[in-house]
Amino acid sequence: MAYPAEVPALSDRYLGRPKMDVARCGADCQACIDVCPTDAIVRETRQEGTMGAGKVDERTSKALRIDLGRCLFCQECVKACPEGAIEFTGNHRLAARTRSDLVVEGEAKRLFAALDERMLRVFRRSLKLRQVSAGGCNACEADVNVLNTIGFDWGRFGIQCVASPRHADGLLVTGPVTENMRAALLKTYEAVASPKLVIAVGACAISGGPFSGLGAQNDGLGTLLPVDLYIPGCPPHPLTILEGLLGLLGRIEHDAPP
Amino acid sequence: MTSLLTIRNGTAAPLRTIPILGAVEFAEAVVGAPARGRRVASLFALPWGTSRAPHLAVVLAHDDAGVLECGVTEIVGHRFASMTESCPEVHLFEREIAENWSVVPEGHPWLKPVRRWQTPNDTTTAEFFQMAGDEIHEVAVGPVHAGVIEPGHFRFQCHGEHVFHLEIALGYQHRGIEGALVGGPKKRTIHQIETLAGDTTIGHAIAYCQLIEALIEEPATARGRTLRAIALELERLANHVGDLGALAGDVGFLPTASFCGRLRGDLLNMTALLSGNRFGRGLVRPTGVALDCEPARGQMLLERLHAAARDIEDAVSLLWTSPSVMSRFEEVGRVTTATARSLGLVGPAARASGLARDVRAHHAGDFFGASPFDLVTNEAGDVFSRAYVRWLETRWALDFVRARLLGLPDGPIRARENVPSTLGASLFAVSLVEGWRGEICHVAATDDGGRFLAYKVVDPSFHNWMGLQMALRDQQISDFPLCNKSFNLSYCGHDL
Repeated sequence: MAYPAEVPALSDRYLGRPKMDVARCGADCQACIDVCPTDAIVRETRQEGTMGAGKVDERTSKALRIDLGRCLFCQECVKACPEGAIEFTGNHRLAARTRSDLVVEGEAKRLFAALDERMLRVFRRSLKLRQVSAGGCNACEADVNVLNTIGFDWGRFGIQCVASPRHADGLLVTGPVTENMRAALLKTYEAVASPKLVIAVGACAISGGPFSGLGAQNDGLGTLLPVDLYIPGCPPHPLTILEGLLGLLGRIEHDAPP
Repeated sequence: MTSLLTIRNGTAAPLRTIPILGAVEFAEAVVGAPARGRRVASLFALPWGTSRAPHLAVVLAHDDAGVLECGVTEIVGHRFASMTESCPEVHLFEREIAENWSVVPEGHPWLKPVRRWQTPNDTTTAEFFQMAGDEIHEVAVGPVHAGVIEPGHFRFQCHGEHVFHLEIALGYQHRGIEGALVGGPKKRTIHQIETLAGDTTIGHAIAYCQLIEALIEEPATARGRTLRAIALELERLANHVGDLGALAGDVGFLPTASFCGRLRGDLLNMTALLSGNRFGRGLVRPTGVALDCEPARGQMLLERLHAAARDIEDAVSLLWTSPSVMSRFEEVGRVTTATARSLGLVGPAARASGLARDVRAHHAGDFFGASPFDLVTNEAGDVFSRAYVRWLETRWALDFVRARLLGLPDGPIRARENVPSTLGASLFAVSLVEGWRGEICHVAATDDGGRFLAYKVVDPSFHNWMGLQMALRDQQISDFPLCNKSFNLSYCGHDL
């Protein structure tokens, strides 16, 4: 496929990036919050919205935000919203560099920056990754594997999964990090030479996904490892994964920060 | 012979109608099952009565009669007599019960942890079967493997390249889903079901929804059932075709490997055409499906299937006529019919060892409509046999999906939009689905408030991992990847 020059046609039912028109939210409505299975929708009560002489901008102070790192893209919120304020836009560009950039408000422009100059010089044309599955359901793993096939062929960008962490420039982690995989994950990370990258693929690796809160897992990479790239989805579309990686390597144009 | 409760797939019965057997009668029913044409679909501990004391509960599948038989027995003094020596197919079930409920199956020949090891985080310190002798050596692999694959630990007892024994330790993927399901259904339940094993999203979701439908006495609509069957076979197609390609890759036969990698993607994209998600998330819901297949969408699916079927035929047929492939597939990783039967294997692995077991043939009711179902078996039990069975199933599924798309029943896609938050009270229900790896078995019991008192999932991999271990005996260690791929079992489905 010609990606990134051309974006292949996805299913008309593919959901992609959600968008929320908070201006339409009813005063005390929290229907979307109530139905969300992973508490991905949060109500921010912020003070930044304060305008002038102690007057509060009502709309801003109650702004609802969607945490893409928790979202399973199940559409329960869309069905529950009486105002039709939430829609999924079919935009596959979801990856972010920081955890907080995954929490989006309204139609806020996506924040994204490539690696810095020093890291780009090392990794831009050749990125070897060691994949670690740490409690994943094998869907993220499958859609990482597909990037190896003749269709997506991430090898043409110098990206490859390698067998040993000693040969790797970083880890690509899937799954909520089960207790039973925590030690193996940390050992694998230690075995990778610096400078190294950590890429969290899927809702589980970012937040625990559908398993968040369960005692046998750790709600994702969280504080266990420093994460350089977050790729949301349950599982993310292969295109979303590839787009995130190419963005990280400065090989694809991104929306400018607002 | 004490009579067990007889029910059909996808039906419920009051908990009080399940006979409580004495320990001896219960053991006789389980141990004698294979001789009476039954096999163990599930064996687990069920909190029973007002005390909620764990009782052993068994679900036997009587395939020829198309029925399931259920019974329970009290666990007295935290111990029961192990049945594994005389009925090996319960070996892992007993280990699981011992681990989850702190009870002892007395006399179990190899009682060790399934998912919760004594040394946290490290199964490799657990006891493994060991051989002694000059130049005998052990090879340890995993949990982090060379490929993009789930974690597991493999311990080989070798003499040179020759493998005498392989023992597989799992549990790395354990998330604790069964425990999380108790007290449900909750708003997260269906999402946890869809991710029990992500490559079997459709299979597990159907098993769950059939249970819910039995527990609320509201069957799925005809159109919903047909769309489920289509999605289930698309899931089978994507995985069978992908694995046939991966098998080709493991013997260095790149044309089929490359083609099938792409074709698998085409098949996943057909599922995405139905559900928006390549694994079918959000499609199967209680009393039917959430998304319809309008005529234009059906037409597009048919056109894509037509093109894919032609390419799949071309790509896969190359395997059977290439001596370099066949010489690597044949007589490697053999599991005899007797071994397969005694271990209780299911799915293509069982059928490739000559066992006629398939939920679609024996327990599917009218799930597949009027389409005649071909139960495929092959006696050889080797890598070739497992590959060829999957090829024949691929062909059947291609025809089936096309036929059902052309004959979609009219009417609503589901009977109701929202399922009541409480189910029928004090019921017991069993649901079987033939996923692409084999029999998926979900069993639920509800409390007097209509909530899940217990929810037991048996992924086909739970039955089949021991089959892979037996397949490796007396093989070259270099054939492990090939044997492993010919089973392609689920780690998370086993570990849940």
